[in-house]
Amino acid sequence: MIKGLITCVLGILLCGWGVVVQGKEVTREQIKGLDEQVQEIKSDVLSIAAELHKLEEVLLYPSNTEISMFINLNNGEQFRLDSVEILLNGQPVTHYLYTFKELEALRMGGVQRIYTGNVTTGTHTVQVNFKGKSEGGSTLDRTESVEVQKDVGPAIVEITLAQQSITFSDR
Amino acid sequence: MYRLALLLTGLLMVASPSMAAMTAITTAPKKLEDLYLGEVLYYAFQEEWFEAIARLDTELDQHHGLDQPDLDSLFPHIGIADFAVGDFELAYRMHRRAGRAISALINGNVPEELRNEAIFRLAKIYFQKDQPANALHAIERIDGAVPKKIRDDLAFLRSQILMLNGRFEDAAIILKGLENVKSLEGFAGYNLGIALFMVGETKEGLGHINFSGKIKSEDPLKLAIKDKSNLVLGDKLLGAEQFGTAKEVFDRVRLEGPFSNQALLGSGWAAASADRFEQALVPWSILVEREVTDRAVQEAMLALPYAYGKLGIYGKAALLYNSALNAFTAEIDKLGASIKSIREGAFLRALVREELKQDSTWVVKLRNLPEAPETYYLLDLMASHDFQESLKNYLDLEQLRRKLESWTTDLDAFEEMIAKRRAYYEPLLPEIDREFRLLDSRMRLRLEQRDRIQKRLEAMLVTPRPDYLATARERIVSERLDHLSKTLSAGGAAPPSEVKRSIQRLRGVLHWNIYTDYDRRLTEAFHNLHALNQDVEMLQQQYDSFVRKRQAATQSYEGYGDSIRLQRNRIVTSLEKVETLMARQGHMLENMAIHDLSETRKRLEQFQVKVLFAMADSYDRAARAEEPRAEEAKGGEQ
Repeated sequence: MIKGLITCVLGILLCGWGVVVQGKEVTREQIKGLDEQVQEIKSDVLSIAAELHKLEEVLLYPSNTEISMFINLNNGEQFRLDSVEILLNGQPVTHYLYTFKELEALRMGGVQRIYTGNVTTGTHTVQVNFKGKSEGGSTLDRTESVEVQKDVGPAIVEITLAQQSITFSDR
Repeated sequence: MYRLALLLTGLLMVASPSMAAMTAITTAPKKLEDLYLGEVLYYAFQEEWFEAIARLDTELDQHHGLDQPDLDSLFPHIGIADFAVGDFELAYRMHRRAGRAISALINGNVPEELRNEAIFRLAKIYFQKDQPANALHAIERIDGAVPKKIRDDLAFLRSQILMLNGRFEDAAIILKGLENVKSLEGFAGYNLGIALFMVGETKEGLGHINFSGKIKSEDPLKLAIKDKSNLVLGDKLLGAEQFGTAKEVFDRVRLEGPFSNQALLGSGWAAASADRFEQALVPWSILVEREVTDRAVQEAMLALPYAYGKLGIYGKAALLYNSALNAFTAEIDKLGASIKSIREGAFLRALVREELKQDSTWVVKLRNLPEAPETYYLLDLMASHDFQESLKNYLDLEQLRRKLESWTTDLDAFEEMIAKRRAYYEPLLPEIDREFRLLDSRMRLRLEQRDRIQKRLEAMLVTPRPDYLATARERIVSERLDHLSKTLSAGGAAPPSEVKRSIQRLRGVLHWNIYTDYDRRLTEAFHNLHALNQDVEMLQQQYDSFVRKRQAATQSYEGYGDSIRLQRNRIVTSLEKVETLMARQGHMLENMAIHDLSETRKRLEQFQVKVLFAMADSYDRAARAEEPRAEEAKGGEQ
C-alpha cells in the first residue's frame, strides 16, 4: 500500500509542478485559434479608437479654440501628490484625485493630460493648486497662476509640480 | 523520462526571474520633448495598454504624415516610440502585431544595439508563445554589440531557448557563466542543474540544484526558486531511496511559502519510507490542519491515519479515517455545487467584477462571493499559462465590449451635438454671409485706395510733387483764384492791375506755403500711411479671424455624417465579433474549470472508497487488538 500511495503522491506533486493543466476538451490548437481572433479584434478596435480620437479632436476641440493642460512631476520628486485643481479665468475646470498607480506613473516620468477645453484667442489666466504630503510628512498646499496667450493654434500648457514649486511652460 | 520532460516544461516556465517584467521601457526620457509621448507613457506605466497603444498609434501616424517630421517634437524620441509600439503590443498580448512591429524595427535602419535588443524581444515573444524553433532562429540572428542592461537576460533567455530545443549541453555552458549573476541568483543554478540532469550528469546537476536550495535572499522570487529547488531535490532523493537526506532537504522549504504543503507531504513520506512513522506524524499532523481543498492536505488526510495504523494505534487511525471521509464527502458536495454554479454562468460573472481586480489575490477571493464556485481548487489551473492567457483574453474582450458600448453612446452624443449646431447656425449664416460680402467689397475698395496712395508717395520720393500734398483749403483757395482770374478776364477786358497783382501775390503765398512745407508734409503723409497700415493690419486680422470662425461654424456640423456612419458600422460589427468571441472564450474557460473540478471530484471519490476500506480495516484491527485484552479482563474476573 505504501508504494501505491507514494506513487500517487509523486504523481500529484508532479501534476502540481506542471504548468499546463487544462481540460481535455480544450486543445492547444483551439486556444491558439481563439487567441489569434482575439488579437485581430483588438487590432480592429484600436483602429476604431484612433479614428474616434481624431473625430473627437476636430468636433469637440478644434485647434483654433483648443487649450490642453499637462501635469508632470519634477525629476526625482518623491512627495505624495493627492489632488490637483485647475481654474481657468477664475472658473474651476477640473479637480483630480490621484490613485497610487497614477502617482507612480507620474513619478516614472509619465505626463497626464489633465484638461482639454476651448477658449477664445487672447490672454487667459490659469491657476493651479495642488495638495499632498512632503517626504517628511508635512502637508503641502501650493497655488500658482500664469497668463496664457491663446493664438490660432492649440494652446498647450505644461505644468510641472515639485514639492517647493509649480512651474509653467507654453509649448 | 516522460515525467522529467513534463517536469522540465513546468520548471522552464517558472524558473525565470524576468518574465514578470514584460516591458523594456520602464522610465521616460530624461528630457521629454513631446508631451503626447509622455501621456502615452503615463498610461503604459499604469499597464493600461489599450490606451497607451491607441495614443501611440495616433502620435506615430501624425508624425509619419508630416512633410518635415524632423521638426516634430516626437522626432528626438522616435527610436523609443518605434520600440515602444512592439513592446506595448507584446504586453497587450498582441503577439502577431508586436512581432511585425519588432521585425520592422529589426529590418529598418537602426543602430546595432537597438536592433539586437529588438531581436531579443522578438525571441522572447516566440519563447513565450511556445515556438522553440522560431525563438532559436531569432536569437541566433543577434550579432555585434548588445546593450549592457540586457546582456545577462539575453544569455539566460538563450539558455532557456536551447533547453526548450533539447540542446541541454549548450544551455549548460551558458548557464555556468551566469551562476554568479546577482539578478539570476538561484534561477541560473536551478536551470543548470536541470540541464545537467538531462544530459545524464545527475550528481553534478543535483549539486547545482542543492546550491540553489541554499541561497540567502529576502527577495520573494528568489525565495520561491529556493523552495522549488529543495522540493525538486527532495523528490529526486526520495526516488533514489536516500530517505534521510530527502527529509532534510524537504524540511528546508519554508513553512509558509507556496510550496510548503508539498514539502510537508514529501517530508512525511521520506520519514515513512524509512519506516520512521513517528517522524512522519509531525509534518502530516501540521498539514491536515491546513486548507482542506489543497491536494497535499487531502493526501495527508489519508497518510496520517496510515502512519498511526503502522504504529499500531488503530483506534486513532480509524477516527482520522472517519474525519477524512467526512471532509471528502463535504468537498465532493462542494465540487458538485461549484460545477453547477459554473454551468449557470456564475464563474464568468464573478471573473469580470471590477472590485476584485483591485486586489492581486482576487482569484482566491472569488470564493467569498455568493454563488461563486470554489476557486481554491482552480488555483493550479488558474496559474497555468493557457488558462491565464485565456482569462486575460476574456477580460480584454470584456474591456473592449465596454469601450465599444460607450463609443456607441458617444456617437449618439456627437450626432445630437451636430444637429444642434446645424439648427443654430443654418438660419443665421445666410444673413451673416450677405453682410460679410458687402463689408468685403468695401474693404477691397479701401485697400485699393491705400495701395494707390502708397505707390504715389513712393513715387514722390523720386519725383517731388508738392501740389499732391496741398491741403483741401489750399486747393479751394487755388481754385477760387483761378475762377477770379477767369471772371476778370471775361469778354477780353484786361483786369485791373491792382487786382492782378493781388491775385499773383496770393498765388505766390500759396505756392510758397506748399513748396516750403513739402518735406514736413511728405513726412507726415508717410506717418499717416504707417498708421493706416497698422489699422489695415488689424482689419486684416479681424477679417482672417472672421473667415476662420465662419469656416469653423460650417465645419462644426458639416462633413461628419459619413465618418460617424462608418464608425458606427465598424462598432456594431466589432461588438458582434467581441460578443461572439467572449461567448467562445468564456465557454472555453468554463470547460477548463469544469474539467479540472470534475477530475478533482473523481480523485476525491477514489479517496473516499480507499478511506472506507482503510477505515473498516482499522476498526477490525482495533477490535482485534481489543479482543485479547477483553479476554484477559474476562479471565481475571472469572
